[in-house]
Amino acid sequence: MAVVRVRYVMPADPTTLDDGLDASSRLDPESAEWVRALTGSGAEREAAVVRLHELLLRVARGEVRRRSGLLRVDGPELDDLAHQAAADALLAITSKIGQFRGESRFSTWAYKFVIFEVSSKIGRHFWRRPQVPLEAEDWERLPDRFGLDPARESEWRELITALRRAVETELTDRQRQVFVEIVLNGVPLDALVARLGSNRNAVYKIMFDARRKLRTALAAHGYPHVNTSEQR
Amino acid sequence: MNGLSALDRFLHTDPEDVGCGQAMELLHLYAELAATNAEAAAERYRGVAAHLRDCGPCKEDLEGLLAAMTEPRP
Ligand SMILES: [Zn+2]
Repeated sequence: MAVVRVRYVMPADPTTLDDGLDASSRLDPESAEWVRALTGSGAEREAAVVRLHELLLRVARGEVRRRSGLLRVDGPELDDLAHQAAADALLAITSKIGQFRGESRFSTWAYKFVIFEVSSKIGRHFWRRPQVPLEAEDWERLPDRFGLDPARESEWRELITALRRAVETELTDRQRQVFVEIVLNGVPLDALVARLGSNRNAVYKIMFDARRKLRTALAAHGYPHVNTSEQR
Repeated sequence: MNGLSALDRFLHTDPEDVGCGQAMELLHLYAELAATNAEAAAERYRGVAAHLRDCGPCKEDLEGLLAAMTEPRP
């Protein structure tokens, strides 16, 4: 079937996929049934929405449980977080169902929304925990962040000093702020995203540019441990 | 020395890294392929694979998605 071939030869760019084709014709039966019911009307649609919500809630609970080792959150709070994630994912899915192209199973596409919602809720939840007040920039924490052995300080002290200097002189204010929060203060990326009212892509990009600049600066100062080669 | 290589690893940026936006856009496709063949997924979506090597949150999302996909359903 030509449609199938078109799907599988296309590389990573989803915008070039076969938009004009009838998506329902290439869906597996289960996905086709979800799309049909959710884009329909009346009692049948309502029943599908209820079913989808149950599914999303189960995935959200599973995901929250999977991550609970990292969270200092108790049972009812975790369940509340899962409920919020499922509800928000349901809204996103029902409003975006027209964008589902049938390139994956419907369930995989739908689960993605609830996983993202769990991440985002966990990021926001970070700030509800009792916070240890931090110095704005505590560089003494840096060696520990990278597991540098205090007994071998003579080997890394100079590099850390150079890194600090590069952070202060090479980075923009925004890059420095993000570096300090994530690296020195140990704030998770999604938590910083929530606090800045930004998105993951933007904050990651700020950090990406900062990392590249710092590496270049250190290499320019001849630090042998920082290899400028892009090859790994 | 472990610490210095951790620092080196952290500062290293991969020019193929597509960033979170595109990785999240494609994550369901990546996951479906990775569920049966991780290498094929990394090969077909090279930029996403590069991103997932460096981005903890997106990697965590992929793991969550894979876990959800393999969980038995009633
Ligand atoms: Zn990412």
